[in-house]
Amino acid sequence: MPTELIRILISLVAFAAAVGLIALVMVWVERKVCGHIQRRPGPYEVGPWGLLQPLADALKLMGKQLVMPDQADPFLYWLAPILVFVPVLLLYLPLPVGDGLYALDINLGVLLIIAFAGFTGLSMILGGWAQNNKYALLGAARTVSQSVAYEIPMLLSVLAVCFVSGSLNMAAVVKEQGTWPWNWNVMTQPLAFVIYIVSALGETNRAPFDLPEAESELTAGYHTEYSGMGFGMFFLAEYANMIVVASVATVLFLGGWQGPVLPGPLWFLLKVSLLVLLFVFFRWTYPRVRFDQLLNINWKWLMPLAVANLALTAFFVKVAQYAFVK
Amino acid sequence: MTRNADMEQVAGDFYAENFAKDASEGSLILNLGPQHPSTHGVLRVLVELDGEYVLRAEPVIGYLHRMHEKMAEVKTAAQYIPNMGRVDYGHAIAWNWAFVGAVERLAGIEVPPRAEYVRVITCELNRIASHLLWWGAYLLDLGAFTPIMYAFDDREKILDILQSPTGARLTFSYFRIGGVARDLDEDCVKAIREFIPWMRSRLPMYKEFVSDNIILRRRIEGVGVFEPDLCRRYGATGPVSRGSGLAYDVRRDEPYSVYPKLDFVVPTSDLMDARGRYDVRMEEMAQSLNIIESCLDQMPEGDTLVKGAPKPSWKVPKGETYFAVEGGRGKIGVHLVSDGGKNMYRVKLRSPSYSNLSLFAEASRGTLLADAVAILGSLDLIIPEIDR
Repeated sequence: MPTELIRILISLVAFAAAVGLIALVMVWVERKVCGHIQRRPGPYEVGPWGLLQPLADALKLMGKQLVMPDQADPFLYWLAPILVFVPVLLLYLPLPVGDGLYALDINLGVLLIIAFAGFTGLSMILGGWAQNNKYALLGAARTVSQSVAYEIPMLLSVLAVCFVSGSLNMAAVVKEQGTWPWNWNVMTQPLAFVIYIVSALGETNRAPFDLPEAESELTAGYHTEYSGMGFGMFFLAEYANMIVVASVATVLFLGGWQGPVLPGPLWFLLKVSLLVLLFVFFRWTYPRVRFDQLLNINWKWLMPLAVANLALTAFFVKVAQYAFVK
Repeated sequence: MTRNADMEQVAGDFYAENFAKDASEGSLILNLGPQHPSTHGVLRVLVELDGEYVLRAEPVIGYLHRMHEKMAEVKTAAQYIPNMGRVDYGHAIAWNWAFVGAVERLAGIEVPPRAEYVRVITCELNRIASHLLWWGAYLLDLGAFTPIMYAFDDREKILDILQSPTGARLTFSYFRIGGVARDLDEDCVKAIREFIPWMRSRLPMYKEFVSDNIILRRRIEGVGVFEPDLCRRYGATGPVSRGSGLAYDVRRDEPYSVYPKLDFVVPTSDLMDARGRYDVRMEEMAQSLNIIESCLDQMPEGDTLVKGAPKPSWKVPKGETYFAVEGGRGKIGVHLVSDGGKNMYRVKLRSPSYSNLSLFAEASRGTLLADAVAILGSLDLIIPEIDR
């Protein structure tokens, strides 16, 4: 047991470092991509091609004064930014980055991720509530209904894949898929993949579903009053969450680290990057949906489709068992 | 519960207190503005919310009051022209025209034909710039970040064109009593000729990528339905009333300058919602391009300023008059009274944004907060014009 604990601790430190670094790269990618979508170069002053810009931004955020509004709840106010970031690191534990390259070989890996992902919503609610700001309160209220709603179709689409693979162990799910794209789960479960991606956008509050922080309505939503690293932590968690949902999609639908020629971790990184790039494209090309529409998409479309998909999958899995396994 | 009680102890100012008196039980009163991203300046809207629904909304104005009307009483007519460019930074040239036109009507000054055409060309270019500004900012309100960059790309071209004759890029003081400050030179005319096909190629692209986007359509279709009666009661003009099917355009219904000689359509929409107002503005840009093109074809040679044009110390003759032009946001009216003295006696500015805003309180009742923002944006408000 102690060796496993040590392994987890070392991985957590590694994840913390990796998430920080990846988030910096992500900020740069997001700003560069957004710049080119908008016919402007994006950051290019700090470092070559503006590569050091996110670092400068991070330093600026750290140097800023941490302000807390009057009548805010100090304990909850400072707890929220920490609570939003720390559980995100735990989400990386069961992710198999390469063949045998994971922190925790756990049979309920998928469940662990889904369970801990709920923490993000919780800390947003705490932060929004503790600020004693009406905009933040509205943002927090939106977070509740949004994350509760979108967790369900996400879970259902993930379950469909687990039915096919017959395991909740992420490494096993990857192993079960083959090297080539037509062996991946996205081929057998295309609907689940689409449902997953849409719910992932809703779950991570990315545009066009960024309602908890819709700045044209709620100024900055749930993090209105946070300054400096208080805001920085929410910001970091958003990117970390994006990478988690993209990684889970890669593992469950896109064959994880499997792929021809290139080594496993590289394939994993490539697939995650492509998905994240897709999220970035969504953000800079679509308007924001309205709140009732957001919930309608979920309850009227995603949910019935996900349930139908799950039922069909279960049925076919059972039939297949009868036909071939006996 | 205790936290909400804490919130209520912060009573707010006069407006908030009075607004709170009629609040229903358990509602949340929220200040949108004066510093808020979607009020485009310093408009303040008090809203009473029940969850996400707006129970009541009340605009509070005056945060950008700059006494333009009072300043008219301490200035001569020629000195007052720069004020006009600052009333509405979006469509400054229309305000130039409204004031200068009123003075000319009162003094009976005849403007040279070429100057009339130059006025129409610059005014219409400025109208396109104004609509582009609205388009980008409105989509920003709806959460689409990218269109404003494309809109500003086109707007930049217009500002570059207008820069050469007017010497300004935003707050134009280009018109003079009896003409315009400077003629359009050959380079400028060439640039305008090049701009027209460019803009014509851009408009279908905007339609394809933005106007027909399903999320955008769901956000603006059926949102903020203004019955024609509502527009009439509040005196709404411009694209707001034309979006409700009222085909009222000052350029056609109270013609001035050379507009009767020009062939253009007044676009209207029977949709009456934010989509209708959106479509009207997009179509107006295309119509403005047609107007500019036919102006360039018809434009005669000659002076652009009448001989013996008024000097700064010139006195407006005794009398009273009213002159209206069609601005980007609606009917711009100037009521000018002069007692024949050095300064004008009284100038009343009728700004379209003020009337258009006044229907917001009624139109936003019962909508979602996001819809209220969409309605506010669809009115195309310019805050300095509301407060004057």
